[in-house]
Amino acid sequence: MNTTIMLFLLQDGITNGAIYALLGLALVLVFAVTRVILIPQGEFVTYGALTYASLASGQMPGTAKLALAMGIGACAFDLFAARKALHGRLILRSVLANIVLPAIVLAVTLYFAGQKPPVAVCIALSLVIVAMIGLYLYRIAFQPLAHTSVLVLLIASVGVHLALQGLGLLFFGAEGQRGPAVLSGAFTAGSLRFTGQSLTVYGITIAFIVGLWLFFGLTLYGKALRATAVNRLGARLAGIRTSLSGQIAFLLASIIGALSGIMIVPITTLYYDSGFLIGLKGFVAAIIGGLVSYPLTAVAALLVGIVEAFSSFYASNYKEVIVFMLLIPVLLLRSLAAPAVEEEKD
Amino acid sequence: MSALLSVTDAHVAYGKVEAVRSVALEVGENQIVTIVGANGAGKTTLLSAIMGILPLKGRVAFAGQDLARLDIEDRVAMGLGLVPEHRELFVTMNVEDNLELGAFRIERSRAKASMEQVYALFPRLKERRKQFAGTLSGGEQQMLAMGRALMGEPKLLMLDEPSLGLAPIIVADIFRIITELRASGVSVLLVEQNAQAALKIADQAYVMELGEFVLSGKASDIAANERVAASYLGFQHEGTSAI
Repeated sequence: MNTTIMLFLLQDGITNGAIYALLGLALVLVFAVTRVILIPQGEFVTYGALTYASLASGQMPGTAKLALAMGIGACAFDLFAARKALHGRLILRSVLANIVLPAIVLAVTLYFAGQKPPVAVCIALSLVIVAMIGLYLYRIAFQPLAHTSVLVLLIASVGVHLALQGLGLLFFGAEGQRGPAVLSGAFTAGSLRFTGQSLTVYGITIAFIVGLWLFFGLTLYGKALRATAVNRLGARLAGIRTSLSGQIAFLLASIIGALSGIMIVPITTLYYDSGFLIGLKGFVAAIIGGLVSYPLTAVAALLVGIVEAFSSFYASNYKEVIVFMLLIPVLLLRSLAAPAVEEEKD
Repeated sequence: MSALLSVTDAHVAYGKVEAVRSVALEVGENQIVTIVGANGAGKTTLLSAIMGILPLKGRVAFAGQDLARLDIEDRVAMGLGLVPEHRELFVTMNVEDNLELGAFRIERSRAKASMEQVYALFPRLKERRKQFAGTLSGGEQQMLAMGRALMGEPKLLMLDEPSLGLAPIIVADIFRIITELRASGVSVLLVEQNAQAALKIADQAYVMELGEFVLSGKASDIAANERVAASYLGFQHEGTSAI
């Protein structure tokens, strides 16, 4: 193997790894705060990517309508949950956030749909649409189950994944799509060629990680999210609603997912069901991080990306197998390192 | 004057086992009320149910409002605070963040002022303000748990075994602070196994046995009661063998 190929593969691996890192961080965040293992993270990726690609090619994405439908559902859940203590402000707030907002976004999407809007508009609309879907998804599917076991939440998560994937087929069809590059152009440094798109991926990933770090370290809501993750009862006794933390976590996860999708879709053709596998690789990284450690997850994600790049070069038929086999030694080590019998916490 | 907290005919059950039976309780404004009793009498269960952590059958009213439909966070917002037995701190966050989050629903400028008050009450916390809560000693953790609850500006603070496992000198400190709280207008509902210390500072007292209140009255009268003295205070009066 010569150095050029190696550097090339490394570069490819880091680009993919950066995206897996974002997805892995979102998975760790959602799990820590809500105990949900977010299988539908991959659907946020495809929805973001395909909404962006559809808009850019002048089509109307069905996800905008889905957001409104889910918003109406979320509003109904809100009103039903508060049925014994309904008051004007609560109704107004719920209707504004769950019905008026997606209705406005739908109207804007319809306005832009036919006329191939600029890239920035496509990105903004796709992000907002998927963010709303994530938010309402939590309200409809997970908030009512917030007090159940991890297993029940996992089953719900699988169900949501299947439902969203089916809807994805309905909205975007079985054909794959590609979107326009966020940043076109390229330059070469030595033997390496950097495309604008790969630089975008690095830039956005780093900016997002720094942003998340500042959010969790400095802001009250970021700290509240961490508090819920550390001690749920303690957080409730401090007046931090578990549902508020859950909403923020899902909002962040869906934005991260959509953003990842928008970054990938100019590089690779995505299909309605491509997200699952991409999300799973973020999941591998999150598992290596023990579903708790953010830095370990980010490093593991880069490793996953690099292993994937090299294995697709040497044994492309086995590239998924090799990536997922990474889990086996990690799980083995973790189970050996952990105490044989978990102490029952009182 | 109506009571700040009034509990009537409260039952709390774990499945089919009733841990608290037909309990009635009142806490007035600017009062320290204590519930004493042996381990397993149902004291912690009762506090958890008043806070909304466990379901309660019966009536709980706080500041004149029925709490039945309100969840924990609503009760916190109304001015009901609980420092649970296990403290439930955010152990991987520093002291200052723990306190700041205690004032999650409070306006930021007021939260800053309350933090200074909490630091004045517990100077040890100020020294340790950048340290992780999990690295504090037991006494400091108890102070932090109380401080965090006070940051939420409670009208009534419920303390579950604040002296448990702490050195006597720190226990004395904590009981002194509880009386200071009363002076500053916070009522306290105190659950304690250390009955002697609790009865000394309390205005009213209830004695709990096997999920029921067996005695109630002024704390000084309860402290003087022979039966209580024998069971909880460790004094041997003559004729106590009759119990």
